[in-house]
Amino acid sequence: MPDPTVDLTTRLADATLANPVLTAAGCAGVGRELAPFFDVAELGALVTRSIQRDARSGLSTPRVAETASGLLSAVGQQGPGVDGFLATDLPWLAQRKVRTVVSIAGTTLEEYAELARRIGNSPGVSGLEVNLLEVAADPYQLGKVVRVVRRETARGVAVLVKLTSEVASVVDGAAAAAEAGADGLVLIGGPRGLSIDPATMRPRLGGVVGGLSGPAIKPIALRCVWQVHAAMPGMPLVGVGGVRTGADALEFLLAGATAVQVGSAILHDPSAPLRVRDELGDLLAARGFDRAADAVGYAHRKPDEEPHEELVQR
Amino acid sequence: MSARGPVQVRASVLSLKKVGAYHHLTLVAPGIPERTRPGHFVTLAVGGPDSALLLRRAFSAYRVRASGAYGGTLEIVFAVRGDGTRQLAALRQQDEVDVVGPLGRPFALPKEPVSCVLVGSGYGSAALFTLAARLQERECSVHMVVGAPTEEQLFGALEARRTAQSVTVTTEDGSVGIRGPVTGPLPDLLARTGSEVVYASAPVGTLGAVADLAAQHGAWSQCTVETPMACGIGVCMSCVLPVLGDDGITRLLRGCVDGPVFRGDRVRWEAAGA
Repeated sequence: MPDPTVDLTTRLADATLANPVLTAAGCAGVGRELAPFFDVAELGALVTRSIQRDARSGLSTPRVAETASGLLSAVGQQGPGVDGFLATDLPWLAQRKVRTVVSIAGTTLEEYAELARRIGNSPGVSGLEVNLLEVAADPYQLGKVVRVVRRETARGVAVLVKLTSEVASVVDGAAAAAEAGADGLVLIGGPRGLSIDPATMRPRLGGVVGGLSGPAIKPIALRCVWQVHAAMPGMPLVGVGGVRTGADALEFLLAGATAVQVGSAILHDPSAPLRVRDELGDLLAARGFDRAADAVGYAHRKPDEEPHEELVQR
Repeated sequence: MSARGPVQVRASVLSLKKVGAYHHLTLVAPGIPERTRPGHFVTLAVGGPDSALLLRRAFSAYRVRASGAYGGTLEIVFAVRGDGTRQLAALRQQDEVDVVGPLGRPFALPKEPVSCVLVGSGYGSAALFTLAARLQERECSVHMVVGAPTEEQLFGALEARRTAQSVTVTTEDGSVGIRGPVTGPLPDLLARTGSEVVYASAPVGTLGAVADLAAQHGAWSQCTVETPMACGIGVCMSCVLPVLGDDGITRLLRGCVDGPVFRGDRVRWEAAGA
């Protein structure tokens, strides 16, 4: 259980989350898969794998390759499409009162609009996370997608936008998303990587290039959270990339994230998210924080600023 | 009602032995044996929470004992194929291992006491021994074909002799038994025993050949596939293979939750990364 002395509640647009630990898109399925390992309703929120309008079969195998402290993956959005999701997966989550953020991925503005309209107005959905796919690096295109999604999504349902680190300025993309109506930003989508098998002397992934996740990308994700928080201190940020302990989560909060997502750590330890939550609570308590919200951006304080009044050196 | 669904436990190493080319690991893994059916698999984390190897390793359950002097035990057999299995092969007695299981869908068992052929290649044979025992409880006659590239890579040939009504051994180099692939003796064996079900645990290419031979003899086939797997619990979509549904549509199904056991006549083997 989390340390009861620390208030872990987290605001995300109009929603109040019980704690700042979410799952990362693509690492928690649609929630049901993790039910044998912990009570999914205890998560700050569950982020589903990306849902598309139509059923897609995805990329050829192999789709994952293990790299040093990382995971390279190229799945290609395999899934049953929005109809199947709304018919079977969302009701399961809603019935159990799981705070749910649905990741959506479209290939056209019309698809994003339809996904936002259908999912973003469904009962049981607390937020949408926009998976921008190939337009993530273009602030203009990104803004168009976010504007459409925000327009079609019910008020009170948060629109989160997942940004890439593979741009000259992550702040530019963040500003474009904010201007288009994003309620929060998710930093970061995995940078692209490659792995070659020395035995076959070919790329390990069927899709050749994959997204890198895991502890290998944590410093990049932290840097992005730091930069965006410095530029836009009021914007809710969700840090994602290599969170597998409470200490990792604390780093993200200190850099300016209001919440974190646990991703590839689930593949190593399916019960990782609640462990991260509990460890984070203990670490905050040990540092004298009464509220997780007070730790957000704390690493940005000036050298001559007073330390947190109850800060305990341990 | 028996316990169902997977559990995650801190298991401890009871023993780790070298058997031919393989490693035979016995873990005290409370909660897993009583849930495990033939065809189920388990996943092991490599190293602790700080491990640089993020993916769990999947193994068929070889033997399980729900109770004993040490509590419930789980046995697996594996070959060293990379960093992960190398680390597992270096485990010592009483080391702790994070185990999740049982996972996947087990073998389907015949309702009638029919004759069955069990085909195992390399350490894949390990998945077949609890199955053989279950089939015999149902008064099925069990014929095993155990094969490997070389004698050293055979697994369980002796155990098969103690278990099955008949055993055929094959090696590709002819070092022991019949020279050739494990599928070689199959047509004759199927004809001779009038078997109605073929169970197979082997590389994908071999499974395709087994499924074809079974179909030619009018037998059902149940194949357990070993696809590269990242999570084992259905979230990552990496272990997919094309399988024909009842509606005639081929879908990419997950080896971990929709399998690892599939009807051989339903898998599009030619497209399954053979």
